[in-house]
Amino acid sequence: MIGAEGQRTGPGTIGVVAIAGAVLVFLIAPVAIIVIVSLSGADYLSFPPPRLSLRWYARFFGIPEWRQSIMVSVQVASLTMLFATVLGLAASLALVRGRFRGKGAVYAVLLSPMIVPTIITAIGLYFFFVKLKATGSILAMAVGHTVLALPVVVIIITATLQGFDLRLELAALSLGASRLTALRRVTLPLIAPGVVSAALFAFLTSFDELLIPLFLAGVEVQTLTVRVWNSLLLEVDPTIAAVSSFLIGVSCVVLGASALLRRRTDV
Amino acid sequence: MLATLASSPGRPMKADEIAPVVAPMEAADRRETRQYLLLLLPALLALGVFFVYPLCGILLRSVYKNGYTLESYRQVARTSVYLMVIALTFRTAAVVTLIALLLGYPLGYVLATVRPRLARVLVVIVVLPFLTSIIVRTYAWMVLLGSNGVVNQYLQALGLTHQPLRLLYNQAGVVVGMTYVLLPFMVLTLASVMRGIDPALVRAAHSLGANRWQAFRRVFLPLSAPGIVGGALLVFILSLGFFITPALMGGPSDVMIAMLIEREVEFTLNWSFASALAVILLALSLVGFAAYYRLVRLERLFEGLG
Repeated sequence: MIGAEGQRTGPGTIGVVAIAGAVLVFLIAPVAIIVIVSLSGADYLSFPPPRLSLRWYARFFGIPEWRQSIMVSVQVASLTMLFATVLGLAASLALVRGRFRGKGAVYAVLLSPMIVPTIITAIGLYFFFVKLKATGSILAMAVGHTVLALPVVVIIITATLQGFDLRLELAALSLGASRLTALRRVTLPLIAPGVVSAALFAFLTSFDELLIPLFLAGVEVQTLTVRVWNSLLLEVDPTIAAVSSFLIGVSCVVLGASALLRRRTDV
Repeated sequence: MLATLASSPGRPMKADEIAPVVAPMEAADRRETRQYLLLLLPALLALGVFFVYPLCGILLRSVYKNGYTLESYRQVARTSVYLMVIALTFRTAAVVTLIALLLGYPLGYVLATVRPRLARVLVVIVVLPFLTSIIVRTYAWMVLLGSNGVVNQYLQALGLTHQPLRLLYNQAGVVVGMTYVLLPFMVLTLASVMRGIDPALVRAAHSLGANRWQAFRRVFLPLSAPGIVGGALLVFILSLGFFITPALMGGPSDVMIAMLIEREVEFTLNWSFASALAVILLALSLVGFAAYYRLVRLERLFEGLG
């Protein structure tokens, strides 16, 4: 593989490629095995499964608590996506276009939720919402996830805006468009793929996250991840393999969609 | 951005360098600046209320318990169990970092040097687990390593062991799980630095008579140092704050700082003590990230995503 690049050949090429290959297997195998195991028709998880069936999926989608958790997760993630994308888009426009002092500091603040261990953000918000007696609400969880998703959105949209040819907007302005019209009719449609991609990652950030809902969820209102956590503390229930595969599927959809969107921008 | 990095892989980059797209225009547009600040306001306000303020709340709680006191911090320093938890957290983080570096370096190298089209395919294999929920990835390893798990089934089928090995609910399980979860951070950091290394430098070493090993050790390895230090720092710092994986894969004695914080909040209800632990963890993380940021920009991890 590396040899094909000719000049780029490094040390002990074959050995390095072999190790890298093994590490790639190490990375993908657990994810692949969970998906395969979830299709097992047996009462326990064995690999490869003795026979295939969708029984664990039937259980997952058949039990009202699990179905309810999907709804909670979708609601929290959708609100997160909305909040984080709107806030992040506005902030990114200002960061890339604006000329003001302290830009670096503002950028650092916007990225900081990525740096602070999530457990700390989670207990901070828990103390905060307990005081307001607002734990157990979808909105509280969405607010917490918005904090976590904002850096992701800002990173993706600022990168998109930097690749945007400002002359297109200037052309619109010179033809008499107002700043708002130029933004709405020229800039936003052109950066739309990046914005949609950012929104999808915001959704995923929320959908996959456990710690914020672990502290903020109520008895009635639990996200998928919280329900997985609670059942894992008790036993390794094969239904979780189906739930996990569902979550992996959502990740794949987001990854695939963002790849397609990027291809569209490249053209 | 790649080109900038290529010219100076080790140079600390500042956020101010987010390209100033607008050439200085003559019109004194102070109004425009004000408009941009207005656009920033909602995000900053949201973070102020729902992130900075709660963090300040933790800080305050850690020093306030019926009056200002450092009692909670003294309690941490005095109690050997807590000091052992902190020591174990550091040790686990160090082991995880070392293994992730050993596994991640060859893969980062391959990702950075293969043809771009192949690299894009291979990156997906790194990124897919990266984007999968941590709890799902932890569960996957519980299925693999459990006493009736896939690994034990195979070991027994191959006759390598008669009784299932205890691979889960101990320190080894925690290290495997955490390494798995954090490895993508290491690989992506290393690859992003290695992509910036000019292959002509390695070629030059060859033309001057270096063999492959010498060219690697004397030229490529030193140039990849920012990636090594950056990746190691990132993995180490993230390890310190880890909760989900050690809580599910560790045994009763494998308690890390974040788990202690959770217990104090949820069960012991000693919030000021939990806050003191959180402040200690936060301080350690911030110092580490300040160092990381000087080496690699955080957003570069996402360059394959946008």
